[in-house]
Amino acid sequence: MSGRFLKIAVGVIFAIGAAGVSSPAHAERLIVSVSNHRVTVTPNYSGEELVLFGSVEKDATTPATRNNYDLVVTVLGPRADMVTRRKERKFGIWINTDYREFLQVPTYLALFSNRPFDAIASPDVERRQQLGLNNVLLTQRVGTDYADVVPSDAFRSAFVRLREEHGLYREETSAVTFLTPTLFRTGIPLPAEVPIGTYTVEIKLFSDGALVTRTETAFDIVKVGFEQFVATTARQDGLVYGMVTALMALMAGWMASIVFRKD
Amino acid sequence: MQLYLPIADIPVNIFLILAMGAAVGFVSGMFGIGGGFLMTPLLIFIGIAPAVAVASVASHIAASSFSGAISYWRRRAIDPALALVLLCGGTIGTALGVWTFTLLRSLGQLDLMIALSYVVLLTTVGGLMFWEGLRSMLRVRRGIAVSLRRSGSHGWIHGLPFKVRFKRSKIYLSVIPVIAVGLIIGFIGAIMGIGGGFILVPIMIYFLRVPTSTVIGTSMVLTLVTMVFATVLHAVTNHLVDAVLALILMTGGVTGAQFGARQGQKIRGEHLRLLLGLLILSVGIRFAYELVIRPEDLFTIREAGGAA
Repeated sequence: MSGRFLKIAVGVIFAIGAAGVSSPAHAERLIVSVSNHRVTVTPNYSGEELVLFGSVEKDATTPATRNNYDLVVTVLGPRADMVTRRKERKFGIWINTDYREFLQVPTYLALFSNRPFDAIASPDVERRQQLGLNNVLLTQRVGTDYADVVPSDAFRSAFVRLREEHGLYREETSAVTFLTPTLFRTGIPLPAEVPIGTYTVEIKLFSDGALVTRTETAFDIVKVGFEQFVATTARQDGLVYGMVTALMALMAGWMASIVFRKD
Repeated sequence: MQLYLPIADIPVNIFLILAMGAAVGFVSGMFGIGGGFLMTPLLIFIGIAPAVAVASVASHIAASSFSGAISYWRRRAIDPALALVLLCGGTIGTALGVWTFTLLRSLGQLDLMIALSYVVLLTTVGGLMFWEGLRSMLRVRRGIAVSLRRSGSHGWIHGLPFKVRFKRSKIYLSVIPVIAVGLIIGFIGAIMGIGGGFILVPIMIYFLRVPTSTVIGTSMVLTLVTMVFATVLHAVTNHLVDAVLALILMTGGVTGAQFGARQGQKIRGEHLRLLLGLLILSVGIRFAYELVIRPEDLFTIREAGGAA
């Protein structure tokens, strides 16, 4: 993965059509937009960075003194079931013994904020608002039970660590920058292995440790080109795909026997 | 040049895969084998999921054995009747193999079983071949002539019922051991991603007493059909056949094989067996080493139903 990050930062910030509007009960509104709502992954895609822009809109009821905003951006990729297995030494060799199933967990998960989560809110709010990888709900099947476990659980931490190593889970507490007290931006890095599907972006605005308002936006990641065609066919028409591959093999063998015919 | 493999789900260097195909093709042409037992491990070693490697190499072997089978057919070095009986067992074995493959995969033990099968099979066969080659080399040096085919000695295999006369091979043999051999080769071929020629040929020579004139051609027919069948079955059940990967391997493989075959004719038979034995043995040992040393990471993640 060469770190060739394209920064397509076209800030369509005040495009009202794309704006997410929060409920009127709050005094602030969040207006956000991502630089690209449809990311196409081509065969030589090696990673890209989306940019999220937004602004905090105050209205008449907003306390005039309120300026100390904190922002947490959560990017969630399409959900899937995953299995984490642990190897143990048995009979002198390393084999998979124990495993945990993670149910409908995001395949991509990024948490960005302007300062550390524990500085933004109390531990209780952190847990409730799922701030930080340690607080995000990752449902496991434990026997017949469904539950999230403590962050220090071996399987949970291994799961998060392995996803982080692939750049698919990330947590950056300095990624959100306020350009002015109310205008903010953050980058959303998408590595080469990024799963395809619909991504939701949750933006939560905090002030004095409490959630003020929140909004949501989304973008799609689609793969295009021959490779994607192959992958889709393989999944959807296994038989046709298998036959074509087998036929291709026979053609290759036949052609080789003509080209290199000795007798 | 980087290329994204759609099913293996990783970017690879196209020239690396091409070179690997050519190198394995060279070796397989030199020794007259399919090369699956080298290709599959190499793919696993560069980071392709074992399941994808096994399923994709099947189509690669189908290609190389087809070009081989055509040239043996032209030389009338294939026994159609014997091939047909072998295939009765071979297709059933392949279906059983793919079924077992799917089962092991859902249990999370597929990678282990692939590795273990490689260790057991390759160290045994490689060790035997190496030993055999070493002994015959010493014998040649001492000037003692040996014949590989000890005619006249009938084992228990020849006492079995349902005997059939295989005309082109000029043997009179029960169909039971032939079907059994086909079954075993089909089974391990589907699980391990190998054609099985390097086991099949010795078995056919030593146990079934098939003459050397038809043994390679006939075994190639079995390899061809079981591997085509395995490709289709793996594609239908596990969706793991990477056609792009297979195509690159084939291109490199068939080219390399031609040059390998020419080299092979220059080397003496017992030297070839010694070298091949050594090669098979070292791949087996490499797998054993991977199993014994502590893995870098004890944890692995797999998407339920995903490629890795």
